[in-house]
Amino acid sequence: MKEFKPIMKARDIAAEGSVLLSEKTMAGAEGAKTFFSRAGNMTVFTLQTFKQTFSLPFEFREFLKQCFELGNRSLPLVAITGAIMGLVLTIQSRPILSDFGAEGMLPQMVAVSLIREIGPVITALICAGKIGSGIGAELGSMKVTEQIEAMEVSATNPMKYLVVTRVMAATLMLPVLILFADAMGLLGSWVGVNIKTDLNIVLYFSRAFSAVEFIDFLPAFIKSFFFGAVIGLVGCYKGYTAGRGTESVGIAANSAVVLSSLLIIIVDLIVVQITDILI
Amino acid sequence: MKEEADSVRQANTAGTEAVIQIRDLKKSFGAQHVLKNVSLDLIKGENLIVLGKSGSGKSVLIKCIVQLMTADSGSINVLGQEVDKLKSKELAELRKKVGFLFQSGALYDSMTVKENLEFPLKRIKKDLSEKEVREKIMEALQNVGLESALNKMPSQLSGGMRKRIALARTIILDPAIMLYDEPTTGLDPITSQEISALINDIRNKYHTSSLVITHDMPCARAVADRVLILKEGEVYAEGTLEEVQKINDPWIQSFFKD
Ligand SMILES: Nc1ncnc2c1ncn2[C@@H]1O[C@H](COP(=O)(O)OP(=O)(O)OP(=O)(O)O)[C@@H](O)[C@H]1O
Ligand SMILES: [Mg+2]
Repeated sequence: MKEFKPIMKARDIAAEGSVLLSEKTMAGAEGAKTFFSRAGNMTVFTLQTFKQTFSLPFEFREFLKQCFELGNRSLPLVAITGAIMGLVLTIQSRPILSDFGAEGMLPQMVAVSLIREIGPVITALICAGKIGSGIGAELGSMKVTEQIEAMEVSATNPMKYLVVTRVMAATLMLPVLILFADAMGLLGSWVGVNIKTDLNIVLYFSRAFSAVEFIDFLPAFIKSFFFGAVIGLVGCYKGYTAGRGTESVGIAANSAVVLSSLLIIIVDLIVVQITDILI
Repeated sequence: MKEEADSVRQANTAGTEAVIQIRDLKKSFGAQHVLKNVSLDLIKGENLIVLGKSGSGKSVLIKCIVQLMTADSGSINVLGQEVDKLKSKELAELRKKVGFLFQSGALYDSMTVKENLEFPLKRIKKDLSEKEVREKIMEALQNVGLESALNKMPSQLSGGMRKRIALARTIILDPAIMLYDEPTTGLDPITSQEISALINDIRNKYHTSSLVITHDMPCARAVADRVLILKEGEVYAEGTLEEVQKINDPWIQSFFKD
């Protein structure tokens, strides 16, 4: 029962930031830490972040800094994975398509699977590793070394300064990274097509995009915002509620990656189901 | 024991104005009862030293004062306000008047020393001009003897230097109340003396009331107006330095053996 206290005191947590939540997580560690209490804490945390996002002041400078950090730092990784995804997908699909005598459909098929599913999900999983663990470790070490508490006594709401900025940055940067990965994937695929046949790049792209409709693109684009939000929120939550002692930093980073990867797959399933029903 | 402690406290603080008033404070973590029953007064303009073994809950006590931790029961009154009943805005206002030196320093790792000092200053004293901010930063760094560290990252500083920067970051705000968590631990005797002198200076200059947690006897001797000893979650002894030193109790005496 104890662990549910933060829900009743949701209003207070807004102001007091880390303390209540983390203390409860600590208290939870002694007793049976149920799935529901953890899910409850995570929900409270999400609601708090949401509420704080829409209350002034907004820490704009820190937000821009985080956009740059999260986006820029992940760019090379995302580019390489994207290109390889496209290349591999092309090489793997060719035999099947040629069995059906549809080798000419290679660009269309790769474009649809990249843009609709593989690009967003693989990129999000890569970013869960890169961004999620980064945020988890950063906030975790700030928690352990009392920096979050220091912020609180400096008349700064750490939920606003640390959490909202990072969640927003991740939410906005992930779609950008995913679009970039898609583009790199198509380039990789163009290279893959050219291993066996000769297809110039303009023709390749016109064929590829002839199969992609706006309705293919839209759900994928929308879900990439959710993937970003999941990565940001889980990373912040795990870091923010880290326990005491340096080993908690590692635990925070690790569990941030595990949980956000899992949630990304679940969100993907839900979005795909909803799109399937709607379209 | 409780009645006795209460009467001692009343005798010590009679006719004075308390800026912090704590009554019957209890705080436990699970089955571990850290603070069982703590009452204390911090009188306006005094330096109150809090002594106690490692793990006796000294840091927990001052974190409860600024509501970084919530007590299980008891009351904490700071500058006339019951801290646990404050709304978030009021609490933020109150915290602006209370300086807090963390035991670990708690410098922001991702910021330079200058940014570390600017952070609370620009957020708490919003009306300062850029020039005033710069002057205050230099003054605070001078006070702790570390002007040269202005553009360094915390990771480039030694443990003692971090502690002094953390101190500079707190005193730069001229708070009405200062809570020092072991300000001189890990410093060499000379720097330690300078910090003790600085604590006295701050009090004399700004009439700051300070609660100082320390294990460092030279520091305690230099700054103490009053001493309070915690043992097993309760106030074990309280009085001026001379009074406490005179108490014939081997446990208390062990604190004062150098
Ligand atoms: N957030 C927390 N969760 C669980 N236990 C805690 C927490 N904070 C403190 N404690 C426990 O409370 C006790 C008192 O801790 P505290 O840090 O106040 O000691 P201290 O008197 O400051 O000691 P030191 O002189 O070593 O700094 C310790 O046993 C510690 O394990
Ligand atoms: Mg301590």
